[in-house]
Amino acid sequence: MAGPAQSRFVSQLKRYYALYTGGFIGFVVLLSILEQMGVPNKILGYIFLGVTVLLYAGIGILSRTSDVAEYYVAGRRVPAFFNGMAVGADWMSAASFIGLAGTLYLSGYDGLAFVLGWTGGFVLVALLLAPYLRKFGQFTIPDFLGARYGGNIPRSIGVFAAILCSFTYVIAQIYGVGLITSRFTGLDFGVGVFVGLGSILVCSFLGGMRAVTWTQVAQYIILIVAYMIPVIWLSVKHTGNPIPQIAYGYVLEKVTAREQVLNDPTTPEGAREAEVRAIFKQRETAAEDKLKALDAGGATYLAQEKERLVKAGTDLKTKHETDPRQLETANRAVADFPADVAAARSAWRQEAETDKVKSGPIMAHAEPFAGPTEKVRDNKRKNFMALVLCLMVGTAALPHILMRFYTTTSVTESRKSVFWALFFISLLYLTAPALAVLAKYDVYTLLVGSSFSELPSWVSAWASVDKSLMSVTDINHDGIVQLSEVTIGGDLIVLATPEIAGLPYVITALVAAGGLAAALSTADGLMLTISNSLSHDVYYKMIDPKAPTSRRLYISKALLLVVAVFAAYITSLKPGDILFLVGAAFSLAASAFFPALALGVFWRRANKTGAIVGMLGGLGTCMYYMYITYPFFGVNDSLWWDINPISAGIFGIPVGFLGIIVGSLLTAPPGKEIQEMIDHVRYPNL
Amino acid sequence: MQLTEKHKQYWKKNSRLTAWLLVIWFVATFVIGWYARELQSITILGFPFPFYIDAQGALLVYVILVGYYAYRMDQLDREFDVHEDDN
Repeated sequence: MAGPAQSRFVSQLKRYYALYTGGFIGFVVLLSILEQMGVPNKILGYIFLGVTVLLYAGIGILSRTSDVAEYYVAGRRVPAFFNGMAVGADWMSAASFIGLAGTLYLSGYDGLAFVLGWTGGFVLVALLLAPYLRKFGQFTIPDFLGARYGGNIPRSIGVFAAILCSFTYVIAQIYGVGLITSRFTGLDFGVGVFVGLGSILVCSFLGGMRAVTWTQVAQYIILIVAYMIPVIWLSVKHTGNPIPQIAYGYVLEKVTAREQVLNDPTTPEGAREAEVRAIFKQRETAAEDKLKALDAGGATYLAQEKERLVKAGTDLKTKHETDPRQLETANRAVADFPADVAAARSAWRQEAETDKVKSGPIMAHAEPFAGPTEKVRDNKRKNFMALVLCLMVGTAALPHILMRFYTTTSVTESRKSVFWALFFISLLYLTAPALAVLAKYDVYTLLVGSSFSELPSWVSAWASVDKSLMSVTDINHDGIVQLSEVTIGGDLIVLATPEIAGLPYVITALVAAGGLAAALSTADGLMLTISNSLSHDVYYKMIDPKAPTSRRLYISKALLLVVAVFAAYITSLKPGDILFLVGAAFSLAASAFFPALALGVFWRRANKTGAIVGMLGGLGTCMYYMYITYPFFGVNDSLWWDINPISAGIFGIPVGFLGIIVGSLLTAPPGKEIQEMIDHVRYPNL
Repeated sequence: MQLTEKHKQYWKKNSRLTAWLLVIWFVATFVIGWYARELQSITILGFPFPFYIDAQGALLVYVILVGYYAYRMDQLDREFDVHEDDN
């Protein structure tokens, strides 16, 4: 790449994206004027999501290409700064954008494992992988395994693992797309999935990596603006300081002081909290009693219980002055009554668990690994560390991220681009903990203690939209909100922040667009990874190495369609637990790829046999542990050393390393050709 | 191509730099995290120290580590004459 041409390209890019950012801000301003003029919220939501999706499709059409290097690696001329933004968007998924602040709100210090894990992994990427992969300079991650270890077996295992972890991850993203579009436009979930998928396809189908790159830069700008504006506003509201990251230390102190008041039954507010908690304690005991009776009486007991409820309902009806609400509650209790013993057991178990949490004292936000006994605390600490490690190593092994470092112009640029990537990612990850604390402050001081007849408007608005996100019930009938009477779903925090901060609806729509950008950009990168693994690694490298360029691209695009439709189909089945999918993807990638990639660069002696043993062993261990421990699979075996299934990689990673070391030492060292390849990747210029 | 003494030295320096930066990464993440409960009483900018480190401090350390690595490796590339063609 000639110097002057590249620097012209960079300044052109800067001009385009500056114009784009300005245009986008103008668009938001225009919509807020429309809002003032009385355009209904629903229309604003449609315009907002419609325009951004069309924008991404437009970039896709402008970047269409039929050149192999453009299609697979964006022509290897993406400047470090812009690649950083693209990695940022590729990296930050719906889980980061919408879920993270909520997780931090709900679990306080312990949620910081995600903040650490999802940023610290880039240190590993920078030091151990990115520059070497760039020097290697092929197209996919299985390419590296194929060249470094020789033969098709390591490559095939790589393809299998890449597809496995990318596919579990992409389901979670498409699910997020469907959720956001359906919530903000009122369209059906399935239609939402279809619209989102359409925009992903237009983009990657026509222009491959090139289109995905330039769309991801555009998506990063939208998502970061959307995340920051409401938090800055909230920070000004509570502290007068527009930099939330600095200001929230002071707010955290106040939250901690507030927690102590609410937990102290000698204060008037603490006494009311204690009253509500006592009611939950009673409910918990009642649920436990029912469970015991169920174990003893089985189906007979269940029938008796149901009869009792039905009778209570009829009694109410025959009485004269029945409160209609009471009647409704009684009827619902009959309608919701579990159908069989198994359903009753799980429903009542859950009831008892929820009541148990509600009957306990308020958890201190800033306290690490809080728990009643030393054993519980140690356990939490151990799992915190394990999760951080799995997320970090997983970050440094997810193929859709590593692939992005093939697109820079040089080794030097790839190192710089990890820096920019981490910088842009940290902007969001430094803000999320601040948002959690600011929102908590709002709830603890403004919502708690307010009267049920005058709830803040955002509370009643969200409570009417979705009970699982926000619900307040006057448990002790004193007309005043106690903290234990409030139930908040994690996703609410980001979605409701604009309203908590008192911002117009346009900002809410902006946040939705930001969430959509986060989900779409990640889905883009993942789908491309999957279809490239199939077309490049399987078809071109293993089936037909003489295939002409046009056929390679044609196959690649056809596979993209198949993968997209298949992913949408699986998503439409709504496979329950999203966190399960995301967590699984990280542990799987960490166990399968990281040892083989890192030792491939840093240990000359690592050979083909070692790589096969290590990758299969690591992946196998990880999958086995998930299978026996995740409730999803129904085996529910006991945990190893109390490690939660989300951190299955903690067993897979060492097995992977051990497998490579033992397997390599037992067989002959790699030959001269591979030694030369190792030298080639180690030195930027040899 | 046969590696010269200079090449070997470059790789040694690179490995040593990588190892040191990984040590800092490890301490900032895992050592401080492990002793979080013991460090809870220290306060910094209104935050309890471990909370500050895990929510902000460590992230800033990571950014600096990666930035320093890019800067230092660029220097080493030139010093040992393995840098890419200037363009």
